[in-house]
Amino acid sequence: MAERPRVRLPKEARKGEVIVIKTLIQHDMETGLRKDPAGNTIPRRIINKFTCDFNGKPVFSADLEPAVAANPYLQFNARVDESGTFRFSWFDDDGSVITADEKIVVT
Amino acid sequence: MRKRSRREMLALGGAALAVAGGPWRAAATPAEAAAEIAKFTGGKPAERGKISIDLPEIAENGNTVPLSIVVESPMSADDHVSDIMVVAEANPRPGLAVFHLTPQSGRAEVATRIRMAATQNIVVVAKTSKGQFFTEQKQVKVTIGGCGG
Repeated sequence: MAERPRVRLPKEARKGEVIVIKTLIQHDMETGLRKDPAGNTIPRRIINKFTCDFNGKPVFSADLEPAVAANPYLQFNARVDESGTFRFSWFDDDGSVITADEKIVVT
Repeated sequence: MRKRSRREMLALGGAALAVAGGPWRAAATPAEAAAEIAKFTGGKPAERGKISIDLPEIAENGNTVPLSIVVESPMSADDHVSDIMVVAEANPRPGLAVFHLTPQSGRAEVATRIRMAATQNIVVVAKTSKGQFFTEQKQVKVTIGGCGG
């Protein structure tokens, strides 16, 4: 179902550079609108929130609705002024949080 | 035996139609989409422009439609895009996503993939740190909807 996030960003950057970050996580993003063959509604289960922090400071976040496609893909940018660690978090409807960390060296 | 299987087939077809029909009946309207936007802007008017939306003109599969948004902004501490809302006018629910940006985002650019139930307008509203609102919209023709059974 969920898990296995993939994050792509450069390993190195110059101070003040704006980098592109691409993230993808495997998730059905079940809308809560579909029905199973017996006619019962399949309960909603989506990634409802995504956050990206750099060295503890917020960079980007997103509130997602069921209209975001399965295996939610997000591309955004970040300005890096120092070396450090990006933390990415995906919040599932079931209460679980999946995280990934990526380091970047800024020269 | 033959007759019966045909009846079963018909029943199955009917059930499939009923399932597919479910979300359509509940489709949002442009008015509901506008209400969703009003909640976001607090009723303030949004100016046209500053936003470019990249969406295919025709989406053969509504299950995953690539969307990318670029908003013109210096993204400085006192003048940056803080929030970008995306609304669909004919999906079962109008809300699609809200992106929150910071000066640390560097550029007001976001890309994702969305579901579209039918041919409709996708509306983007951007809020700046100065409290201004900008909006833009784009129509996508959808061949096969991506929100139902």
